[in-house]
Amino acid sequence: MGGYFSDIFNGSKSLLIGMGITFREFFKPVVTVQYPYQTIKMSDRFRGHIELIADEEGKPKCVACGMCERACPSGCISLNSISVETEVDGKVKKKKVLSKYDLDFTKCSLCGQCVENCNFGAIEFSKEYNLASSNKEDFHFNLLKRLEERNV
Amino acid sequence: MSLTVLNVIVAVVIAIGFAALNAAYLVWAERRGAARIQRRPGPNINGPFGLLQPPLDGIKLMTKQIMIPGGADKILFMVAPVLAMAPAIMSFVTIPFSENIVAHNMDIGVLMIFAFASMGALAVLFAGWGSRNKYAVMASVRAVSQNISYEIPMLITAITVVMITGSMDLKTITSAQAGGFWHWNIFPSLHSPLMPLSFILFFICSLAETNRAPFDLGEAESELVAGFHTEYGSMGFGLFFMGEYANIVIGASLTTILFLGGWDCPFGLFPGVWWFLLKIYLLIATFIWIRWTFPRTTIYGLLNLSWKILIPLSLFNLLLTAGLLKVF
Amino acid sequence: MSAPIQLQPGETFILNVGPQHPATHGVLRVKMEMDGEYIVKAETVLGYVHRMHEKMGENRTYAQYLPNLSRLDYLGALGYTHGHVLVIERAAGIEVPERAEYIRAITVELNRLASHLFWFGCYVMDLGGFSPLMYALEDREYILDMLEAVTGARLTYCYYRFGGLYNDVDDDFIEAAKRFIPRMRKSLKKYAALVTGNIIFQKRLEGIGPISAEMCRKYGATGAVARGSGINFDVRKNEPYSVYPEFDFDIPVYHECDSMARFKVRMDEMEQSLRIIEQGLAKLPGGPIMAEKKPKNIKLPVGDFYQAVETARGSFGIRIVSDGDKNAYRLKLRSPTYSNMHLFDEACEGMMIMDALAFMGSLDLVIPEIDR
Repeated sequence: MGGYFSDIFNGSKSLLIGMGITFREFFKPVVTVQYPYQTIKMSDRFRGHIELIADEEGKPKCVACGMCERACPSGCISLNSISVETEVDGKVKKKKVLSKYDLDFTKCSLCGQCVENCNFGAIEFSKEYNLASSNKEDFHFNLLKRLEERNV
Repeated sequence: MSLTVLNVIVAVVIAIGFAALNAAYLVWAERRGAARIQRRPGPNINGPFGLLQPPLDGIKLMTKQIMIPGGADKILFMVAPVLAMAPAIMSFVTIPFSENIVAHNMDIGVLMIFAFASMGALAVLFAGWGSRNKYAVMASVRAVSQNISYEIPMLITAITVVMITGSMDLKTITSAQAGGFWHWNIFPSLHSPLMPLSFILFFICSLAETNRAPFDLGEAESELVAGFHTEYGSMGFGLFFMGEYANIVIGASLTTILFLGGWDCPFGLFPGVWWFLLKIYLLIATFIWIRWTFPRTTIYGLLNLSWKILIPLSLFNLLLTAGLLKVF
Repeated sequence: MSAPIQLQPGETFILNVGPQHPATHGVLRVKMEMDGEYIVKAETVLGYVHRMHEKMGENRTYAQYLPNLSRLDYLGALGYTHGHVLVIERAAGIEVPERAEYIRAITVELNRLASHLFWFGCYVMDLGGFSPLMYALEDREYILDMLEAVTGARLTYCYYRFGGLYNDVDDDFIEAAKRFIPRMRKSLKKYAALVTGNIIFQKRLEGIGPISAEMCRKYGATGAVARGSGINFDVRKNEPYSVYPEFDFDIPVYHECDSMARFKVRMDEMEQSLRIIEQGLAKLPGGPIMAEKKPKNIKLPVGDFYQAVETARGSFGIRIVSDGDKNAYRLKLRSPTYSNMHLFDEACEGMMIMDALAFMGSLDLVIPEIDR
């Protein structure tokens, strides 16, 4: 019988303690960020999708070696190059120039192997995270075009 | 005669309006309150403080298509939401908000409210059986056994109050407590020193009767998906929702009338409807507070609580009160 | 509660819990034969999120396989990548700098904390209490912010590399972690008062889902499930790896064998993780974070390599059979929840459905990790 009443007493006490905690929480300030109206700064190391880096002339730094393409686990990078003949100091030199750099972001797992494997520092992570669309094609990025747009 | 009919119609319309308004804005209050307990702002986009959220939710629910699952019992399926809402509204008719504001005072107001309250279990049973869903059936069986076992201690506690007052008229019960908070039934009186306890019992029972957490076994959203209203969408769900909140208001009103002196002012000054509303909304705030603090009980834990703790205690209180009434 | 089961034929019905059900947290399907609210027989059906991670491991180079590991158990991803880099490093004979190992241990423990916090919140939500989830998520958010600043991702980390780390931690991280520890200790006290001490919660968990040590051994259950049944087994202590031998921490073991014991084990583990992080931050040595001698393209010698690590959910093992090529000949992942989950079928017989789901929550299932 004593156990019966002490159970009721201890039980009620634990319930009151719980209510005390939620009561205190009620008066504490709100901690959430009101997302579309407020945003937080992405950290420096945030890994978004990749972007090409331009050199001083605004051309991509990329030499089209294809390391990123091979390193990518998901096969979402495809790039092409054309050789262009340029005259440097009177000599005709053949040079590989990037002609196409496509990123299929639908497959990308944001692991960062491409950036890590690039020996020329030609790609970086963007800080973009507001990526949403109902159209799959919106995530097939033409990075060369994006670079041009950024240069303008 | 015609005047009486008109009176009743006006009263019912006002009751529906009051119930609907309360239901809508209690949802808002609950969402805001829960949000603050959880350190978030809650609905705050539509209108100032999100006050336009309830009407917009209503519009959304009303414009949705009514889906009836294949093989469901159509009549029961359609009747159940109405049956959930109607008794709650009918109960409003007899609740005295103040000395003058009462739609239709009855000599047996307590009895009438309990009679209507027990119809809520029927609505849940219809909904569960009618929607041809295993989760719904299980939930409705749970809810019915819960409602039945909590009506007993609730009634016994109410009878204790009725015995002290000597009337089942809600107005008389309130008037008997007039003149300051020391006259309220919640405080131990000569006739019954255990009144605070029976107030708590009554409060717990009204939580269980309205299927509120921690006794929301009929809904049990993490176990039985959404319980008895799993298959309901659109306004069918809306009616269940409004019925739930209307029931909460009824429960809080009844607790206020039976134990907290109804429209009476704690200090005997300016009695009126404001005191009544203040008291019921404080009780409802406690309902909300409790819901967002505790986990759900089990069905056997719930029945154990009723049969092993609440009923013996309320019976003891009843006997004690009866004895003391005889002595003094 | 024991069920009085006296069945007549045709009196039971089949209840499909899942694949979309709020309590299964993912796409687990449990086919339950029910007698009213009592479960007569339950059968877990898997495979709804099978993604062939093991086969992918055989078709990708070891480095390319790194992001896969964090998609097994997205709540405690770092533990899994840790296992992968450890097995490759051992097989290829790569020496890892001490600083890198310390940072690995600190981040793994932070991730374990995040995982346990999320489990705690979800578990209480399964039982109908919603607010603790929000408090747990708030604390978890601090951890994710810290890890994001270091690793660049919030959930599916790809931070460890063969021979070290992707990048070093900065002072901000160390400061944030040091600030976080006292905060978390305070939160743990709050959880103990709000949830563990709550009478409703205790009544719901005590004696529910008894799993004997015998059964744990039979099914190969590990982690908090085994430790809640009195088996003192933790890979960090029993088969020490990384720098764990240098930390002073305890393995919480409870002998009650019920859901409450498993709950308490995890709550105590959070405190132990905090201790490890505290010591790790204090002892954190300087130096490089990447091995100096590291082959560019890793090819393992011919052989069979296995490494077990203690993740948030139990003992995770990765076995690589190499034929000397740049990808594995056969790769096998031993995921802890796969074994833990199979207890459910046997243990939940005769339980009521609400107890069974409370029991299921105590197993801490993450379905993508079971299906792989």
